[in-house]
Amino acid sequence: METDTRTTLLDALRNDLGLTGTKKGCDHGQCGACTVLADGRRINSCLTLACMHDGEEIVTIEGLGAPGRLSALQRAFIHHDGFQCGYCTPGQICSASAMLGEIEAGWPSSVTADVAGRPDLTAQEVSERMSGNLCRCSAYPNIIEAILDVAKAKGS
Amino acid sequence: MAAHHKMDDRVGRDRLEEMAQGVIGEPLDRPEGELKVSGRATYAMDGLPAGCRHGVLVRSTVAKGRLRAFDVDSVERLPGVRAVIADDRFIKNPAQGMAGKAPAQDTREILFFGQPVALVVADTFEQARHGAQILRQEVERAEDAPVSLDDPTAQLDTPSNKQSSSGDIDAAMRASPFTIDATYTTPGHASAAMEPHASVATWEDERLTLQASYQMLRYNRAELADALGIEEDNVRLLAPYVGGGFGSKLGIAPEAVAAAIASKELGTPVGVAMTRQNEFEMVLRRSDTRQRIRLAADETGRLIGIGHDALVTNLPGEKFSEPVTQATPFLYCGDNRAIGHKIARIHRTPSGSVRAPGEAVGVTALEIAIDELAAACGIDPVELRRRNIPDQDPSKEIPFSSHMLAKALETGAARFGWSKRNASPGEVREGEWLIGLGMASAARVNMLIESKASVTLTKQGRATIETDMTDIGTGTYAILGQVAAEMLGLPVTDVETRLGDTNLPPASGSGGSFGAASNGTAVFLACEEIRQQLCTKLDCNPEDLTLKDRHAVVGNRRIPVVDILNGEDIRGEGHVEPGEAEDKVRQATYGSYFAEVAVNSVTGEVRVRRMLGVFAAGRILNAKTARSQCLGE
Repeated sequence: METDTRTTLLDALRNDLGLTGTKKGCDHGQCGACTVLADGRRINSCLTLACMHDGEEIVTIEGLGAPGRLSALQRAFIHHDGFQCGYCTPGQICSASAMLGEIEAGWPSSVTADVAGRPDLTAQEVSERMSGNLCRCSAYPNIIEAILDVAKAKGS
Repeated sequence: MAAHHKMDDRVGRDRLEEMAQGVIGEPLDRPEGELKVSGRATYAMDGLPAGCRHGVLVRSTVAKGRLRAFDVDSVERLPGVRAVIADDRFIKNPAQGMAGKAPAQDTREILFFGQPVALVVADTFEQARHGAQILRQEVERAEDAPVSLDDPTAQLDTPSNKQSSSGDIDAAMRASPFTIDATYTTPGHASAAMEPHASVATWEDERLTLQASYQMLRYNRAELADALGIEEDNVRLLAPYVGGGFGSKLGIAPEAVAAAIASKELGTPVGVAMTRQNEFEMVLRRSDTRQRIRLAADETGRLIGIGHDALVTNLPGEKFSEPVTQATPFLYCGDNRAIGHKIARIHRTPSGSVRAPGEAVGVTALEIAIDELAAACGIDPVELRRRNIPDQDPSKEIPFSSHMLAKALETGAARFGWSKRNASPGEVREGEWLIGLGMASAARVNMLIESKASVTLTKQGRATIETDMTDIGTGTYAILGQVAAEMLGLPVTDVETRLGDTNLPPASGSGGSFGAASNGTAVFLACEEIRQQLCTKLDCNPEDLTLKDRHAVVGNRRIPVVDILNGEDIRGEGHVEPGEAEDKVRQATYGSYFAEVAVNSVTGEVRVRRMLGVFAAGRILNAKTARSQCLGE
């Protein structure tokens, strides 16, 4: 694709490619509604220009699942009512998908007591690691339950 | 056929309880959940029409003044820019909730910093944003204008309908053994919904369609039509999904009017989304408040007097003022009462309804004062509140429709373990953390707003609900489906709910915590009408009809509903409106909050360690979405 050098990855996805599952909440990296996966890493797509991602694999919420073939996280968000208005939800789910991989890979967070050990799967760890994704409806307790459910099912 | 109900008196029976399907109140998943978690739910700016241009609002950079001119030429020369538009019909700020007419227009007169003054439209968002950022404004600045609550130059209004008193609060304060006279301040709040305001306007001849993000579509349609100077019938609003409201999307806002005008002028669809910064500058804020509270109690802690004087702020000319004292007249007893209300006129973003207008800041301050009184009297805070529950509305001297505060206090205290509280401050420590327990009463006035809905039982035996009601995250799709499924004896998957389209019957809209009761009742009535028509076909009384699992049971007959329909649809309309009940009884929701809070004695860091809310929220239509509402929103 060709796009304006000023076009953010977020606007390229939404306006040029018609992938509107990724949401614009603040457009300056504070809310996380635009979270996507770039080569597997979670990023705020509003804080980066499309032209900086030539050749990368970008996965958006549309790539994680669709009605009838939802991912485990998407199903858990529905079951635990991990959203209300739903606007932050695609970003939450993209973020959580990558976050679980980060825990699995042993990355510590600022609440990990032993940074050299394996981080525990606790509500506190999940809460800290998801703090870049705001939910104004305040579905946080349900979001954490949904994520922990999926993480524990994976681990068992 | 229509079923109409005016809420004059207690109905005295519980029809939903008489039904047999067993879905009402169940913790069912939201029917729109799959769309929301997969990014397929379409919000205002999702799915722009072909050829849609992008508009970006330009804001004022002074608090008060007059706009003389723009440097239009240098912006219109930019690649892709189609127009710089500043129209007399542009609105300064959003309409107040349920205004039904245009808010203040003429954006050349600047009354607050951040007010919209123009719209730059271009082929792409980047081009429009660049134009909006560099557009030079020639402004004649006014003399210094008051911008803060306590600015002595601000005009102070004392609206006569917002003052009330009975007995003698001053005498009560002098005569009582325990008194509190304290002043509290609260900061302003922004609604800050996750989805910024956004509107996409498309014209076909004289007919305007606006896909947008609003809470109360029937009012919004009237406000938009009035601002544009066109007939309401020529305006259609679509808002199937709304990314949060919190009051900020009650009234039509500047981006909608600007998008409509630009689209008409350019002959193409135009989409305008507010920036996050716009949300904080040109969307109605909650007023900051200063509240003086006086409490006078006898030896037993029983209140003899309550005084609540509030000072709030708003722009000159705005009718709304934060109803700070809304719950004070009925929450606690006390014969001597005084309510005062003043508005300081200042030049800041106008104030309006933000999540629980009134109680959010007013009950907070009152409850802090009650705690101070508890300390002064040496009475447990739960017990003090319990002793002061009135047996009728002490101001209007009318009965309560129901009163659940005592139960909420009692249940909350038991579940939280309140009896284990150490009442002496600073005694409970964990290392450098000081631990305290606290509680408060909750109250919120109940309202019913006129609402309509239609329900069609199709010849295939499925139901379709149609109303211009919105779901701002509150669970409208879920609960309306459950009401219809219960009433018509269907699984919820057999019910389709269509919302957010002004071509459908006009609903209450989402606001003031009245949506479920108002619009849910309209759907209920529409279903009653369908049941009546089924009874006619079956030649039976409504009391003798049971609908369950797609079948009708009458006496010893069990008949598939599709057989009764015999190839025909049945449509019912429901219409509810408020009536005399508003004046006959005091209606409110009650609850209690309990919290365990840790404060770091070195850094002052505050941590809420656990919190419990107990709410008497009336009939629960869906236990899952209702719980989510209690946790947040």
